[in-house]
Amino acid sequence: MSALPRAHELGLIGCHLCGQVCRDNHADDPACPRCGSALHRRKPNSCARTWALLIAAFLFYIPANVLPIMRTASLGDVDDNTILSGVVELWVKGSPDLAVIVFTASIMVPMMKFLVISMLLLSAQRGSNWARRQRAMLYRLVEFIGYWSMLDVFVVALLTALVQFGFFSEVAPLPGVVYFGLTVILTILASQSFDPRLIWDCPDEDD
Amino acid sequence: MSTTPPTSMEQAQQAPMSDLLICEHCDTVYRRRPLARGDVARCARCNAVLERHQRIGMNTMYALVITVMVVFVQANVWPIITLGLNGEQIHATLWGIIIMMWKEQSQVVAVLAACTLFFFPLCKMLVLGWLLRFGRKGRRAPGFVPLMAVLHYIGPWTMSEVFVLGILVSIVKAQLYFDVTPNIGAFAYAALAVLITVFSGIDLRQLWDKIPPERSS
Repeated sequence: MSALPRAHELGLIGCHLCGQVCRDNHADDPACPRCGSALHRRKPNSCARTWALLIAAFLFYIPANVLPIMRTASLGDVDDNTILSGVVELWVKGSPDLAVIVFTASIMVPMMKFLVISMLLLSAQRGSNWARRQRAMLYRLVEFIGYWSMLDVFVVALLTALVQFGFFSEVAPLPGVVYFGLTVILTILASQSFDPRLIWDCPDEDD
Repeated sequence: MSTTPPTSMEQAQQAPMSDLLICEHCDTVYRRRPLARGDVARCARCNAVLERHQRIGMNTMYALVITVMVVFVQANVWPIITLGLNGEQIHATLWGIIIMMWKEQSQVVAVLAACTLFFFPLCKMLVLGWLLRFGRKGRRAPGFVPLMAVLHYIGPWTMSEVFVLGILVSIVKAQLYFDVTPNIGAFAYAALAVLITVFSGIDLRQLWDKIPPERSS
């Protein structure tokens, strides 16, 4: 046995909900004695669920980027912005530092989530024990920054409510923002359904 | 930083379950150890945080929750941003935003905003306030177990701090064409973001241990 024993080696299960350490009595559907929620050694069907959510998120991500997210109309001059052109506009006309923040939240973070979660899934399914500490760290990073991508959705909503002068000038949401919101929600669900314990489940070669 | 000692087979069989701790990220088992002020116990295998020293007691937490409630009401009642053009003024409040998105064929966004910026934070505060009102007297509130589950599930879905950054970006964007000023609501949201940061260091699971179930029924 290695110096760092894992729960299944000692016949223990940690409750996902309340953190209580429970003895694994090999019942069919064990429940936590403290909070009553179902106990799982690993999140059930973690890989299949995460793949499904991630692919769904990616399908929504395409229209989210191709379709415009916001229409700015002023004095009959109509201007439709996509996520990327909104960033460019901020960079050129407003403040480049804020453009960097929006670029990070709306483009880099979702892209990074797709790459990192698929990498984690592939390596976990192949039972690889390559760079496990770093992979665990990447997973925690994705969980932590995931919801900041909602930034652009909130900006469109705020501007829509703010700029309402009839035909004179108006801001309106366009379908892209709906797809983008759904992408963010689905990627958060995907990272929640991935079980980071799978990273460590392959046999150690040399520690 | 210091490490918590890993447990062994014999200890795991003898020690009471409450003395053990399992890393949520890699399933390594540890023995609990008292933490000094400012201590953070990290997992030796995956480096995730196992436990933090919790210096905020239940009375302080209760006070904080009430503060958050007061600030939250201000953030929702007052306009967030005011836009002036040709003597006309438009105020945007949170519910104004949600209703506008609903009317503009973006019902999905309206529901997302209503849940993550209003209903979930409200629900979290009310549940936590209820649990602490009893908890600080050492009693479990009625419905303790299901309410702790509610807190666990809505925890990751409150996004007020993202909205604060959204307010900032919107002001800068709208300033390109209009005369906009942040209103009281925007400052209340900024205060809310600070309070949320204070709360992010608090592990709410400690309530399971700190408020033991009552023996008599």
